[in-house]
Amino acid sequence: MLTMIGKRLMFAIPSLIGVVIVTFLLTRALPGDPAAYFAGPAATKEAVEQIRKKLGLDKPLIEQFFRYTNDLAHGDFGNSLTTGQPVAAEIRNRLPASAELTLLGLIVSIVIAIPLGVLAATRPGSWIDHLCRITTTAGVSLPVFFTGLVLVYFFYFRLGWSPAPLGRLDVFYSAPPTVTGFYLIDTLIARDFEAFRSALSQLILPATTLAIFSLAPIARMTRASMLAVLSSEFVRTARASGLSPTTVIVTYAFRNAMLPVITTLSMVFSFLLGANVLVEKVFAWPGIGSYAVEALISSDFAPVQGFVLTMAVMYVLLNLVIDILYGVIDPRVRLEG
Amino acid sequence: MTAQPLLEVQDLTVEFTTRRGIVKAVQHVNISVARGETLAIVGESGSGKSVTSYAVMRILDRAGRIAEGSVMFSGIDVKAATEGQMRDLRGREVSMIFQNPRAALNPIRKVGDQIEDVLRTHVQQAMVSDHGEKAIEALEQVKIARPRERYHAYPFELSGGMCQRVVIALALACNPQLLIADEPTTGLDVTTQKAVMDLIVELTKRKAMSTILITHDLGLAAAYCDRVVVMEKGRVVETAKAADIFANPQHPYTKKLMRATPRLGVSLRDLLPEEEGAASAEPAPAVAAIAEGQQPLLLIEKLVKEYPRQGATATLGKLFGRKPPVEPDVFRAVDGISFSIGHGESVGLVGESGCGKSTTSMMVMRLLDQTSGLIQFDGEDIGGIQPAAFARLPQRSRIQMVFQDPTDSLNPRFTAARAIVDPIMQLGDIRGRDALRARCEELATMVGLPHNLLDRFPHQLSGGQKARVGIARAIALHPKLVVLDEPTAALDVSVQAVVLNLLQDLKARLGMSYLFVSHDLNVVRLLCDRVIVMRTGRIVEEGSSEQVLSDPQDSYTKELLTAIPHPPLQIH
Repeated sequence: MLTMIGKRLMFAIPSLIGVVIVTFLLTRALPGDPAAYFAGPAATKEAVEQIRKKLGLDKPLIEQFFRYTNDLAHGDFGNSLTTGQPVAAEIRNRLPASAELTLLGLIVSIVIAIPLGVLAATRPGSWIDHLCRITTTAGVSLPVFFTGLVLVYFFYFRLGWSPAPLGRLDVFYSAPPTVTGFYLIDTLIARDFEAFRSALSQLILPATTLAIFSLAPIARMTRASMLAVLSSEFVRTARASGLSPTTVIVTYAFRNAMLPVITTLSMVFSFLLGANVLVEKVFAWPGIGSYAVEALISSDFAPVQGFVLTMAVMYVLLNLVIDILYGVIDPRVRLEG
Repeated sequence: MTAQPLLEVQDLTVEFTTRRGIVKAVQHVNISVARGETLAIVGESGSGKSVTSYAVMRILDRAGRIAEGSVMFSGIDVKAATEGQMRDLRGREVSMIFQNPRAALNPIRKVGDQIEDVLRTHVQQAMVSDHGEKAIEALEQVKIARPRERYHAYPFELSGGMCQRVVIALALACNPQLLIADEPTTGLDVTTQKAVMDLIVELTKRKAMSTILITHDLGLAAAYCDRVVVMEKGRVVETAKAADIFANPQHPYTKKLMRATPRLGVSLRDLLPEEEGAASAEPAPAVAAIAEGQQPLLLIEKLVKEYPRQGATATLGKLFGRKPPVEPDVFRAVDGISFSIGHGESVGLVGESGCGKSTTSMMVMRLLDQTSGLIQFDGEDIGGIQPAAFARLPQRSRIQMVFQDPTDSLNPRFTAARAIVDPIMQLGDIRGRDALRARCEELATMVGLPHNLLDRFPHQLSGGQKARVGIARAIALHPKLVVLDEPTAALDVSVQAVVLNLLQDLKARLGMSYLFVSHDLNVVRLLCDRVIVMRTGRIVEEGSSEQVLSDPQDSYTKELLTAIPHPPLQIH
């Protein structure tokens, strides 16, 4: 197992190198001159030149690239031009916010979608099947920012059930001491239950928004793959052997049906990381998505590069987790490792 | 039979709701099985034999239902029983063995666990202290070597025959009273088939169980069953003692089935129904007119195909930290074989799965590169030509192939006509719509395909019609050599009889040579002048068909021949 994980990690190295090169070139190809932006509209030509020199932008591209990779190797992602803060620190601060939101959204959606898909598959044509179809169609056809705004309009503006969509915590509470970076967990560790409730109530709407969006592919895939497995011959054998419906559905059908669902989950997780950018904007969430968008607008290289790199590393890790899960479920995959 | 039968099916009708309305798959069927009796249900595809057995177990899919009649099993009304009662019955009282054993097992669960699932469901907890031991016992019973290790095996790690043994162990784990075996040996080699059938019979006899054997193979039914039920299109047409039905079949359909079954001492024409057999003239004796000294059409010398060994065994060894077994790094699929095919001759290549017969045919077709050896076709060395380049050479059109599965080998988006003219459009010299259509109709006439079927798509054609399309496509370019890769393996016996006769007629008419790849010695004998028997990549015996089949020299050939179940037929 360990050798398999090691091997998969080795395979990730070329793609990471590729990402480093592409992000570097892409950010250089972006329109706009960071030196001019940084110097401000009133700066003289000399001042802009000076800043360019200071940033190293006057050097040939290849030299800039080597300096960049050298810095990366030392864990230095550069400084943001707009905030002046080191990018690595900012991402470290903001990543937990995004991760907490995305993971909660994904968990909510799995908890709803998989049982829904299984029930729809075992009772085709029933009301639950139709419910599954309607929910999934609605889920994919509504863009996340729209769902987010509608939720805010009803639950905050009209009903007043949820707090103002302004960040991770109500202004009256102070952030818990950082252990994991996830407020839900950190507040519990600090035994600050008031803050926990506040953090949770802030999370509910954005997480629901993400969950509605990701519900559809998971539920559909679960339903389709359950239907295929339920009509397979080994399920017929299991039925003909008189196994109980629970054993047939859980042990025989569900575990086999999970393989394509896990693939879908990894794709949905990637979509969610992308969808985050919009949701974070709507809910003023201090995550890395909104950070990257702001940096992009101001031609701020370093944060964009840092963001793309972080995402690439996360995808690699995610794929590794998926591969391992596959191996756990399907013995045939284990052999090829 | 004074005692009450174990299973009594009376006036059973099973309906399926489809998009085109209700289809009656089984109509007014009466079957009874006595305790300890072995009954065969024989019929061709679509005869309703499997549906009948599913109805007995009440495992029809959602669209199907028992519309009329009754099924009584050991005093229990199956139609009226609750789902819970049925669950108790299934696996404990009645169990089933399915076709395609690999698909019948959960691919991601250890076989031992699967047997235990059944045991745990049906055997009282108090009686079983250790299910693991019981499951190992069950594996031991079906003669699986090293059952303690196999307990932890996954289905993909076992061979087809081994998987079928596991399925049998699963079915017999709880000592049921009735075993339903649905085509249990289709797709297995003859020697494996014999081993599996012997095992089933031995175990059921020892446990005094009743058995229903569902099969399309009359020979199998005759060899292993007490009584035979013949079904056609959802109805039972004849029921009789096995010995009687083969000696004196009553129903015309039974007679037709029996005639069509390839067997010793008959010619191809005998397979056809009497009136058709008489109508078609006896073919010119297809003895190849090989002039002395003339070059053979195909000459194979010391042909070898090696594959690097990187199978499951090596990886498994690594997983368990074992030392890799001392084996050569390469696996010889074909190990230095030499043979020749004369002009107008047909040669059968026979052997069990994995013997290298398909690999050989692929190399002759230049779909695979050989490792070493000579392939000479019509005096030219084609062995050195790269497969990709060969597709553009004129020799390509002179070697054609008919594939095993008539459905899968046709493009589902092409009409029959388009499929037939496809090789002409790629390699032929006929251009223009009308000319192509004329040639296509000519070919259709040759293979006996009605012209009005030419514009249909494969899914609108029957198995026999699809086989004809495949043959028409193969002869479209006037080939000299046709490689037939089990062309009738997927067909019912009556259709097989017709297709074999067609192939024979075409050969005589067009002067082609055949390389006929098959595992069925009976079929090979009918169509081929010479037979080559292969085993593990080598030729073990070669000679004229009559000689090899009536007086085999090699022990392996003898083993193959004795493994074939023969119906004791006396027609004429």
